[in-house]
Amino acid sequence: MTTQPASRRPARLLVVDDNKVNRLLMARGLQQQGHNTATAENGRVALEMLRQEEFDMVLLDMEMPEMDGFQVLEQLVKDTKLRDLPVIVTSSLEGIENVVRCIELGAEDFLTKPVNPVLLKARIGASLEKKRLRDMQKELVRRFATSEVAQDLAQSGFALGGHHIRASVMFSDIRGFTQMVESQPPDETIDLLNTYYTLMFDAISGCGGVVNQMVGDGLMAIFGAPLPLPDPAGSAVAAAREMIEMVELFNAERTSLGKSTIRIGIGIATGEVVAGYTGTNERATYTCVGDTVNLAARLESHTKEALRPVLLDGATREGLPADAGVDPLGEVQLKGKAGPVRVFALKV
Amino acid sequence: MTIDRDTFKALQDTAGADFVVELVDAFLEEAPIMFESMRSGLAERDPDKFRRAAHSLKSNANTFGATGLAALAKELELSGLQAALDRPDALGPARAEYERVAAALKEIR
Repeated sequence: MTTQPASRRPARLLVVDDNKVNRLLMARGLQQQGHNTATAENGRVALEMLRQEEFDMVLLDMEMPEMDGFQVLEQLVKDTKLRDLPVIVTSSLEGIENVVRCIELGAEDFLTKPVNPVLLKARIGASLEKKRLRDMQKELVRRFATSEVAQDLAQSGFALGGHHIRASVMFSDIRGFTQMVESQPPDETIDLLNTYYTLMFDAISGCGGVVNQMVGDGLMAIFGAPLPLPDPAGSAVAAAREMIEMVELFNAERTSLGKSTIRIGIGIATGEVVAGYTGTNERATYTCVGDTVNLAARLESHTKEALRPVLLDGATREGLPADAGVDPLGEVQLKGKAGPVRVFALKV
Repeated sequence: MTIDRDTFKALQDTAGADFVVELVDAFLEEAPIMFESMRSGLAERDPDKFRRAAHSLKSNANTFGATGLAALAKELELSGLQAALDRPDALGPARAEYERVAAALKEIR
């Protein structure tokens, strides 16, 4: 992970050339321009290094034994972690078709050998600046979106609009939170929320879920979107169990500090959801909508009346093994639902 | 003239004299391998192998200002495998020039 902005540290460049004199000379020139360099004598070695270490750019010769430059470009394009890495081809290959092939395979530029040092310097500067901006964007996406959403964006690109996915949706919130906020200093509330969210995020993402909304003391999580899960219902229920355990541990700690304890309510529903990016092209969010989402929210709210911390709908129950530890609560008329709904409570 | 002194001096000025020592050593290490590739390229009738090795030799010779060696290597590269096969001892002149270049480089590096 790049934690420092590229502009504040020397760039790290990999020089790939089977000719040792050319390799040394190129690396020397780059060092004199203030860059850090490493060298590889063929494509295979280069790929190994690129997969193990962090580089900002590659200067790639084309004609090499074992694995040539074209094969390296082909591999890089297929690698989600490496496909954005800028590559400048330095080659003595003649013919526009070779240049075109390199550019089509994702190379930033094609410089003919012997490489003009002024041109090279300009191209490296421009490419590194582009990479710095791209890294900054990625970092922003990473910080404000979940890694699954970031990965989905990286793989499929951004487009408003949704598609149908079978997923499990979870809503969770802290019982009696409003009264709690009123009875304690604001710092303590923020502290409590941060710890609480950290614990819940760990439990949810540890089970493959994605937290896509946080509002006050409540959160919404999706299991099975944007990336599919083999067993969304099972994963959501596993996360719920873990969340309850986490809260118990958290409460034990708070009790020992003489502080009030918290209780949470969780509702889980499974079914078709419409998932995708909503909003405008300028400001969008990944979300899920549909009856399943609505039902999960209603179930969460119903935990107050049912006096059970985790409630499931019928479809979630059916996704679990027979001995999953679930009590049927019969049919319940939930607010906002036309007909009664089968509700199950998880034994915790 | 085996080595063009202006070219060699310019290389020392831009890359640094200490570094050029290292660079010369690399060349003296690699050039025999390039000759071997040309030889085996001929023996195996592998035109790409032959051409690549001649090309590398040419490019490195140019780096050090070994203009005569570069010209001989360029001729081998451009005329290709078949022309070299047709000529007895096609690599001979380049080998002989390389020996002179190697001696001169050891002298002036």
